[in-house]
Amino acid sequence: MTLELRNVTKRVESETHVAGVSLTLERGGLNVLLGATLSGKTTLLRLMAGLDVPTEGKILVDGHDVTGTPVRRRSVAMVYQQFINYPNFTVYENIASPLRVAGIAKAEIDRRVRESAALMRLDRYLDRKPLELSGGQQQRTALARAVVKRADLLLLDEPLANLDYKLREELREELPKLFAEIGAITVYATAEPSDALLLGGNTATLSKGKITQFGPTIEVYRRPSDRETAEVFSDPPMNFMAVHIAGGKAHLPGGAVLPARGPLAALADGDITLGFRANHLYLRQPGTDAIAVTAKVAIVEITGSESYVHTIFEGMRWVALAHGIHELSPGAPVELHLDPHRMFVFGHDGRLIAAPNFAAAA
Amino acid sequence: MDKTVNNRAWFMVLPVLVVMAFNAVIPLMTVVNYSVQESFAGNVFFFEGTKWFEQVLHSDRFHASLLRQLIFTGTILAIEIPLGVAIALAMPRKGPWVSVCLVLMALPLLIPWNVVGAIWNIFALPSFGLLGRAINGLGISYNFTRDVGAAWFTLILMDVWHWTSLVVLLAYAGLMAIPDAYYQAAKIDGASRWSVFRFIQLPKMRRVLTIAVLLRLMDSFMIYTEPFVLTGGGPGNATTLLSIDLVKIALGQFDLGPAAAMSLIYFLMVLAMSWVFYTVMTRDEARA
Amino acid sequence: MARIDLVNLAHSYGTRPRADGDYALKTIDLSFKAGGAYALLGPSGCGKTTLLNLMSGLLTPTQGSILFDGVDVTERTSEERNIAQVFQFPVVYDTMTVYDNLAFPLRNRGVSGEALDSRVRKIADMLGLTASLNQPARRLTADAKQKISLGRGLVRPSVSAMLFDEPLTVIDPQLKWQLRSQLKQLHRQVATTMIYVTHDQTEALTFADTVIVMFDGRIVQIGTPEELFERPNHTFVGYFIGSPGMNVLPAAVEGAVAVVAGHSIPLDRQYEKSSAKTEIGIRPEFVHLAESGQGVPVRIKRIDDVGRYKLARVTLGTLPLNVMVGEDAKLSGDTGSVQFDPRRLHVYRDGELVDGRV
Repeated sequence: MTLELRNVTKRVESETHVAGVSLTLERGGLNVLLGATLSGKTTLLRLMAGLDVPTEGKILVDGHDVTGTPVRRRSVAMVYQQFINYPNFTVYENIASPLRVAGIAKAEIDRRVRESAALMRLDRYLDRKPLELSGGQQQRTALARAVVKRADLLLLDEPLANLDYKLREELREELPKLFAEIGAITVYATAEPSDALLLGGNTATLSKGKITQFGPTIEVYRRPSDRETAEVFSDPPMNFMAVHIAGGKAHLPGGAVLPARGPLAALADGDITLGFRANHLYLRQPGTDAIAVTAKVAIVEITGSESYVHTIFEGMRWVALAHGIHELSPGAPVELHLDPHRMFVFGHDGRLIAAPNFAAAA
Repeated sequence: MDKTVNNRAWFMVLPVLVVMAFNAVIPLMTVVNYSVQESFAGNVFFFEGTKWFEQVLHSDRFHASLLRQLIFTGTILAIEIPLGVAIALAMPRKGPWVSVCLVLMALPLLIPWNVVGAIWNIFALPSFGLLGRAINGLGISYNFTRDVGAAWFTLILMDVWHWTSLVVLLAYAGLMAIPDAYYQAAKIDGASRWSVFRFIQLPKMRRVLTIAVLLRLMDSFMIYTEPFVLTGGGPGNATTLLSIDLVKIALGQFDLGPAAAMSLIYFLMVLAMSWVFYTVMTRDEARA
Repeated sequence: MARIDLVNLAHSYGTRPRADGDYALKTIDLSFKAGGAYALLGPSGCGKTTLLNLMSGLLTPTQGSILFDGVDVTERTSEERNIAQVFQFPVVYDTMTVYDNLAFPLRNRGVSGEALDSRVRKIADMLGLTASLNQPARRLTADAKQKISLGRGLVRPSVSAMLFDEPLTVIDPQLKWQLRSQLKQLHRQVATTMIYVTHDQTEALTFADTVIVMFDGRIVQIGTPEELFERPNHTFVGYFIGSPGMNVLPAAVEGAVAVVAGHSIPLDRQYEKSSAKTEIGIRPEFVHLAESGQGVPVRIKRIDDVGRYKLARVTLGTLPLNVMVGEDAKLSGDTGSVQFDPRRLHVYRDGELVDGRV
């Protein structure tokens, strides 16, 4: 089954929530919709489900226009951020509810409910009411209910956002296996880049209602097509710097000069923007082409085995992620190393000109 | 949320439309018809145009009953809204007494309106009603069938008893929707009880109170049964509110023309208030 | 700022608690130094919010006492304890401007005029709210509102402690970075005792100088972020801190060798033999993937590319193991070997860390 959105726009009064989105999703894939809050993720999911009708554009399933079809007639299951379960039904009845509505035989219902429950590790809790369960178990119940329908389209709107950090990790590990088993078209909306990276599949980055890029997740991460995509898909935020290329070198603000190697080689003279992620801003010399600049420490955050060093360089805020514990005082000078081989080159319009050459993805 | 177009839905709605047409639209058109005609002895009609409307709008009688109505509505709003909010604030939010309080509050609303009127009629009788005897026993001369002041007093007391509960229930629902964190933060900020009410509870209850005010406004403007059963509009004309006056003209004097015109004017007034209701509500939502 | 001492403190939400299970917070004794930055870290239901609310005065403890600078404040209200609290959801007074919101706590305490104005402006400047001072508070974004909540706590000149209850929950990931480092900078500038409750280990470890890990109403470990990372003294701490958490494998340990699924792994200390449930723990950062033949053989089930690094999910026999691999590494095939850094291998008996002899 394929789901296609063709030039879909959604306007509500004067605000454009989704602008000219075109997307084709194939069966069996896990598609992550990555974007900040208010970027249009929920609106896009609702349009895909049929809960809302687009102001412009069409939605097609297997080539058939379903733009006007109400959600009840489509084969859709949805899971929300708030664990939504029927509070006065037991877990068993919750999971069985969509099947009962569809009028399936009792024996078949029983079989499928137990199958779903086993998949979500809820077999011991079938007799409990949702409010007697923990947050993670409630969300699992909602997931089981969505999964048992065997719908063609499974939509998840930030389903792990209300869960504890560790529970989120656990559930996130289980989900790809679950989705692979179901084989529906799965769309997972999230604001966390790490969710996208750990779930794999394809990622569509969403910014201000537009899809800036869609492709295999690690591809979008390694080769963001423009600056906006790079910003959405970086955690911690990406560091940027405007430089001037002349005579085979990049001239940095403040006077330092970076050899134009790696992605910077073969660039025409002119002004460009360099972007580099926090783990590519080094405290120790990483390679021969790297140069050192002096910045000022704003604050250091220590996470046990790594340090996030927040610095200010020529008025720009940069974050460096360094291994080990670095106890640096705020205001102290710190030597930062920039490696041209790890930099993204963006043009005036924000589009990507060159990306670092990573080792072939495993 | 947009609704999808479904032509079959019209078939489902058709029977309802027919019934509505029969019960509402046709009688309404009849009234409009009467309002622009003069009738003599039943079946002879002459077209008079806007004569009745002008007559009604200029009549002292109409002005008088409109004034009485406005005083009535204004007074009950001024009493019921603050009283309702105060009771809602005093009601417990957690624990076993919550359901008991809610049921007690709901009881006055469940009584048929003419029964309410009858209850208060008997209750306030100076001869053997509990209230009547008590007030007279205190030395205050009280007879609602004869004194205008007593009649108004009883009328307003009855309405407050009957309808404050609605305000209480609405305000209570509004209060329950306020998350605990607000009260905790206010405690920590050192806010006084009054500040908590003014800066947290009242703003958060705004939507709900708007509904309460407008519901009471509309309902009290159309009130008929209770005052009619209580005082019959008397003594004299003292408690003849708009609806009561309308019925007196239409049925009592059988002046269909003026009655019809008055109905329409009345209808338009209530319509205008509903429109205000709608605008205020949606404007608030857009701002929120 | 105040030093806070909790003595024999326990709390139950029920009216007549009898067994341990009735207590949301089991008996603890804890001290917070004046001016320190602390984090209470643990999963949902571990008692951290209960503890915070007991300290702030929103709850009265079932048992025990709370002392601020040696003075017993157990019976005193939040206002009397002079604490400030920031909640999970931004709490702003909708009808007031940003300025009035920040001024509210001061006005309630009788401050006015020039003193009020300069203080409000100082705090607004610290938080970057100066530009929005005259705007109605309800129109701001979630993170700006949370800053207002923060500001109302800071504006009071002598707050005994600032308590944070998962304050970054509703904030976007991008903005979380800014707000987090701002909180840390704030602590340096203001030097008040700050206690931060969260279930997110990154937030806890980056903010606090001392982290208190809690589970099921009890304190499991107290230490600096480094200590918790290097020496988790309970398998729960090892699992909870670090993403992904520590690998825990059942083993038989005697002398300087641990035997896991039939393979011998060298340790750098000597351990006594024991019949207790024994496990070894090592973080994925300290397990190295090598060519086949140079270590303990494993099957590679899956490799997750997390951008900054790769995570190899392998199995040692039937036991799952996570191995962190650099972003440039090229991995192929479905078999390999792992080597464990012996200095980072910990031995746990019945879940508790055991120190061996050198």
